Amino acid sequence: MAAILRPTLTLVLGATLLLGVAAPLAVTGLAQAVMPGRANGGLIERDGTVVGAGPIGQSFTGARWFHGRPSATTESDPAHPGQTRAAPYNASASAASQLGPTSKALLDAVTERVAAAGGAGGDPVPADAATASGSGLDPHISPANARRQVARVAAARGLDPARVAALVEAGTEGREFGLLGEPRVNVLRLNLALDALR
Amino acid sequence: MTLVGWAQIALVLGAVLALAVPAGRWLAALATGRLGPLARLDAAILRAAGVDAAQGQDWRGYLLAMLACNAAGFALLYAILRLQGVLPLNPQGFDGVPPWLALNTAVSFVTNTNWQAYSGEAAMSHLSQMAGLAVQNFLSAATGIALAFAVSRAFAGGGLRALGNFWADATRVTLWLLLPVSLVAALAFVAMGVPQTLAASAEATTLEGARQAIALGPVAFQLAIKHLGTNGGGFFGVNSLHPYEGPSALATALQIVLQAVIPFALCLAFGRLVGDRRPGRALLAVMVGFVLAGTLAVYAAEAAGNPLHLAAGLDPALGNMEGKDVRFGQALAALFTATTTGASCGAVNAMFDSFTPLGGLVPLFLIQLGEVLPGGVGSGLYGMLVFALLSVFVAGLMVGRTPEYLGKKVQAREIKLAMLAVLVLPATILGLAAVSMVLPMATASIPGAGPHGLTEMLYAYSSAAGNNGSAFGGLAADTPWLDGTLALAMMLGRFAFVVPVLAIAGSLAAKPRMPEGPGTLPAHGPLFAGLLAGVILILGGLQFLPSLALGPVAEHVVMRAGQTF
Repeated sequence: MAAILRPTLTLVLGATLLLGVAAPLAVTGLAQAVMPGRANGGLIERDGTVVGAGPIGQSFTGARWFHGRPSATTESDPAHPGQTRAAPYNASASAASQLGPTSKALLDAVTERVAAAGGAGGDPVPADAATASGSGLDPHISPANARRQVARVAAARGLDPARVAALVEAGTEGREFGLLGEPRVNVLRLNLALDALR
Repeated sequence: MTLVGWAQIALVLGAVLALAVPAGRWLAALATGRLGPLARLDAAILRAAGVDAAQGQDWRGYLLAMLACNAAGFALLYAILRLQGVLPLNPQGFDGVPPWLALNTAVSFVTNTNWQAYSGEAAMSHLSQMAGLAVQNFLSAATGIALAFAVSRAFAGGGLRALGNFWADATRVTLWLLLPVSLVAALAFVAMGVPQTLAASAEATTLEGARQAIALGPVAFQLAIKHLGTNGGGFFGVNSLHPYEGPSALATALQIVLQAVIPFALCLAFGRLVGDRRPGRALLAVMVGFVLAGTLAVYAAEAAGNPLHLAAGLDPALGNMEGKDVRFGQALAALFTATTTGASCGAVNAMFDSFTPLGGLVPLFLIQLGEVLPGGVGSGLYGMLVFALLSVFVAGLMVGRTPEYLGKKVQAREIKLAMLAVLVLPATILGLAAVSMVLPMATASIPGAGPHGLTEMLYAYSSAAGNNGSAFGGLAADTPWLDGTLALAMMLGRFAFVVPVLAIAGSLAAKPRMPEGPGTLPAHGPLFAGLLAGVILILGGLQFLPSLALGPVAEHVVMRAGQTF
């Protein structure tokens, strides 16, 4: 029995100390020393206040802003204990809709978002504008989605649409290394650039 | 589907295969204990732990050591989860994990499944994640690789009693492979934007003036082993879709490489251990073929989009985007999906529940084919070897010869044990899913109506028994019935499979290794690879196609007819 017990306990407890405590703390220390910005979540400050994190999307509803993708995140409902209510871009509880391809609720939501984006009977709406992201925190939209919003944002801010369109072009990130992933626009950074326009 | 999409798939899969060559060489060195400059340190560590690497264990001894290690890991993890409320490193102030959920989670991480009936950032303290879950990610991966070493040794020599020493194997794999690669990968992930901090969250005031609390944590280190060990349990609820767990297409590509490289490399290590590289390459070729086919199928289905949504006015250019984030694109989502389900990892960078019906069928079927394409670290290789034995048996029946594999005669005892092993998966999945489809307390967990509900339930048991861990996330999985029966499925999928496999290894190890004769079916070449692929497909297909026809295939048909539920 002892012949089994000793190596077993040594392996499990040794692994817990080495792999569960020492190694992650060492990586934390190194990451904090060398790349503190990224290791702490890539927070963005403006005028001394944290306005968000570069990798994390946030909710925009006003006409003056570019809007991110629909988000399915929720939060606990104080009025009804044990239940949740919609809370888009809740960065403490990432979630997707988990609605299936033949879900009526999903089809209704897509139809409603297409209508809201002025796509009913008109130009097809970019898919990312009318579907909920997988994380509920998608920081990006497609360039086509951003271009569709230029006229609204420009009108709401009284800006020349060409200037806003130029911001979208400047904020469009290409595929990584020209190959990986998809072209995209970071909505928070685009809106920050918009605020910086004078 | 686009050309640039295919180029992404080719590049990442090419990187996996290129890295599998040196990784296979190193795995073979670990299995034989030829550690070069590390040998002295290695010997000192093993001696301190009271392990004599030269003292081999027969298959029962090896099994016992492995079970003892897993049982101790389970007990420790269960205790940490239940007690996290009073333990340190709990900045969020979470309570202890409830009993059924803690049982399910502890089984899940010890069996290398990483099924998650909880949402990480809303339930687990930093201590539970770091010192509880992540440690079992290492140990369960090391367990799988050690078992693959033991089974490989059975084919390497003749007249053997011992299959190796479990503690030496597991320790070496952890110290000299999993830990160093994880350290490097963790720092690479931080550079790509994955947090590594002991803070619980950051507060932001959004541009519209709302308050946003952003969950943080020691994510990067756990992320590395989650993929390298084909564990798959996410730090965050949405796994590698979370912008902090999959910040970029490059990060998702690195995750694909990490989760696929060891399962592929173990085939090459097997070839080295048995002294003939060709059988290892044949196993690898079959695995790569299935991964490519799966990737193609998912890519085609998802890039085409959901016809119901296109009819509602969506532009088809981006494909089906429900449950996906913009930055990865359909090509890398498809390759990730095929490797994470083929390789028994279970991490996700797209939500399967919202896939088109045929897109969702692929990950389900890849799991049901036995988690050998390429399978989890270790479990993929020893699972594949079971299929190889069945293949030579089928071929032997056709020509009326005693089957042999790599010079080892395959006789009634081995085939009976192999059949026992391959029946574990269908019996567990179909049995438990069938019961759950008629029990009201189980069907209450299904959110939607129609064939999709069956797919969700079938997927849960497939994922658990296949030790995969991915999910059709709509299923409300944290109920006593599902927590308990899924834990049972995970244990059966891991241990009920391992026992007959180790028994086969023990029996084959003792047999002499015969020279190849003119009538021997070579264990390599297109004929053998085709036979092996056929046996995997036919066995998996016959067992699961009826249930797939009622789930995803039926849903595809009704979707085409325009019906929703």
